[in-house]
Amino acid sequence: MSHDKTLNNGAFGVSGTGDTSGYGGLVKSKVKLGSSERPFGSYFDEVADELERAFPEFNDAIEKVIVDRDELTLHVKAAHLFETATKLRDTETLRFEQCMGVSGAHYPEEKNRELHAIYHLLSMTHNRRIRIEVSIPDANPHLPSLVEVWAGCNWNERETFDMFGIIFDGHPALTRILMPDDWPGHPQRKDYPLGGIDVEYKGAVVPPPSDRREYR
Amino acid sequence: MTQDPYASARETTEGTVYSVTGGDWDSVVTEIGATKEERVVVNMGPQHPSTHGVLRLILELEGETVTETRCGIGYLHTGIEKNCEYRNWTQGVTFVTRMDYLAPLFNEAAYCLGVEKLLGITNDVTERASVIRVLMMELNRISSHMVALGTGALELGALSPMIFAFRERELVLDIFEMVSGLRMNMAYIRPGGVAQDLPEHATSKIRETIKELRINFKDNAKLLIGNTIWLKRTKDIGILDLAGCTTLGITGPVLRATGMPWDLRKTQPYCGYENYDFDVITADTSDVYGRFLIRMNELEQSLRIIEQACDKLDVLEGQPVMVADKKIAWPSQLTLGGDGIGNSLDHIRKIMGTSMESLIHHFKLVTEGFRVPAGQVYSAVESPRGELGVHLISDGGTRPYRVHFRDPSFNNLQSTAAMCEGSQIADIVGAVASIDPVMGGVDR
Repeated sequence: MSHDKTLNNGAFGVSGTGDTSGYGGLVKSKVKLGSSERPFGSYFDEVADELERAFPEFNDAIEKVIVDRDELTLHVKAAHLFETATKLRDTETLRFEQCMGVSGAHYPEEKNRELHAIYHLLSMTHNRRIRIEVSIPDANPHLPSLVEVWAGCNWNERETFDMFGIIFDGHPALTRILMPDDWPGHPQRKDYPLGGIDVEYKGAVVPPPSDRREYR
Repeated sequence: MTQDPYASARETTEGTVYSVTGGDWDSVVTEIGATKEERVVVNMGPQHPSTHGVLRLILELEGETVTETRCGIGYLHTGIEKNCEYRNWTQGVTFVTRMDYLAPLFNEAAYCLGVEKLLGITNDVTERASVIRVLMMELNRISSHMVALGTGALELGALSPMIFAFRERELVLDIFEMVSGLRMNMAYIRPGGVAQDLPEHATSKIRETIKELRINFKDNAKLLIGNTIWLKRTKDIGILDLAGCTTLGITGPVLRATGMPWDLRKTQPYCGYENYDFDVITADTSDVYGRFLIRMNELEQSLRIIEQACDKLDVLEGQPVMVADKKIAWPSQLTLGGDGIGNSLDHIRKIMGTSMESLIHHFKLVTEGFRVPAGQVYSAVESPRGELGVHLISDGGTRPYRVHFRDPSFNNLQSTAAMCEGSQIADIVGAVASIDPVMGGVDR
């Protein structure tokens, strides 16, 4: 991810009116995606080379490779996620034997790539870390489940389903995990308000946090 | 209104009278008789005293043997990750410290390391700040292990180790109080350094405590190591081998009990851990006893690191504990008053009375916060329970776009089924205690 230079104008980042009261309706800056060029540096070239060697459809499967802040992110197409994960685990020179977690992210402005699932992989054999990221449309939020590759993804995928509504096909029991079973909506999505329920105390009503005055 | 099968109602002149009859015990017994196997599903928790907080275990039993185990979690879900998106980056520390409430400093450290990586100031953090972080984290490891050992023993019926363990924990919490003003959830580690420097004579006080702790640790060691009853309750119980740990993403003492010397402090050092002399403790039994021994022996290693940190701090006396960039450093110049933590009166007098510009800066930085360049990072520390990872996404604003915590308890708890199925119901308590899950971290 590269940062729009025009937005990077100091720690205060004054733009527009510079109003910090929260009433000015300041617009948040947008993230621009770009791909990194070789050489990536560190062990990242080796990982990319080995994956390319082990995985004939590499160019089809990997949308882009991003090296940022000494971390490697492989953007993988949803259709190739399962194969890529299997190759990353099984290839001797890669050997990412642990998936440390699945994290979701919701980018409502990215048309047809609103929902992202981000997998943090660890290779204890080579002492390396990489990250794979998959983007899918909100209208069809399906991803293959990686429970067969890393059994530990089970609860992580349930959490990502619970919080973002990403449906992991092939998951053994994709149910809510943190929220109650009958909870409507997926709380971590950007279109879901924080709080949303009036706080009542002895007749006084405090609006939910998302409706209160905000400082930006 | 539908008819309640257990409470039939009839109308009388005095009003509605309900006859509560209790459960359909007869039909339950008949149904069990009709099936070939005698299976009972039992809910253990979420309010059971020995399931480590609000953990709900759903057990399918065949006599005393557990045939299936499922965990029900989410009873302590507080939406910390969502809340962080509505506060600035510095305020996030106050939230995340409350997740794994037995290891608050590790939550803060992981989060702050992530923010610093996003800001690109990892190398600007002063050495003194890093050493203080290490010191506080290792003290925290002791207090956390003390709860793990004490409550673990208590749950298996041994009362005295708990009394000793909490006595030791109190000593550590006193140090936290001396340094940060708070015993728990202190939000002491901040992006860019730590909230304030150690008070005077802190290292000599810590050295005295170390001496006391070293003697005190022997009490629990004498009580438990080699104790016949303890061995019978923990040896060959809750076994999970290396392959199981790897596929389930298990880290920490559970992984090290399989003989794998994986400790992020050694393998992927942060906060300058490569400059300390300590050993990674392992066991080769893969059982509850092995995990117990690892925690016992890690106490001594933590003491070693604390001693080295104290020596370093004496040399680094006078160095700043925050990055030089005043835009990132929390600007309020905190001082420790008689009532705990507070603003420095001198600083307020200066900005209110002499410098309008300082006042504006102060106001902007406190209300708005600093901007963090867009991007995402994953940073991990070795918490007492394993890899505590934090995934941060910034969109370039003054608040996180997404904060996700990979809490070790969450992943480690997945191994409950693998450890417990096929064992006796009483051994579940020991197995879960050896994972040492903290539900505040699991549910976040």
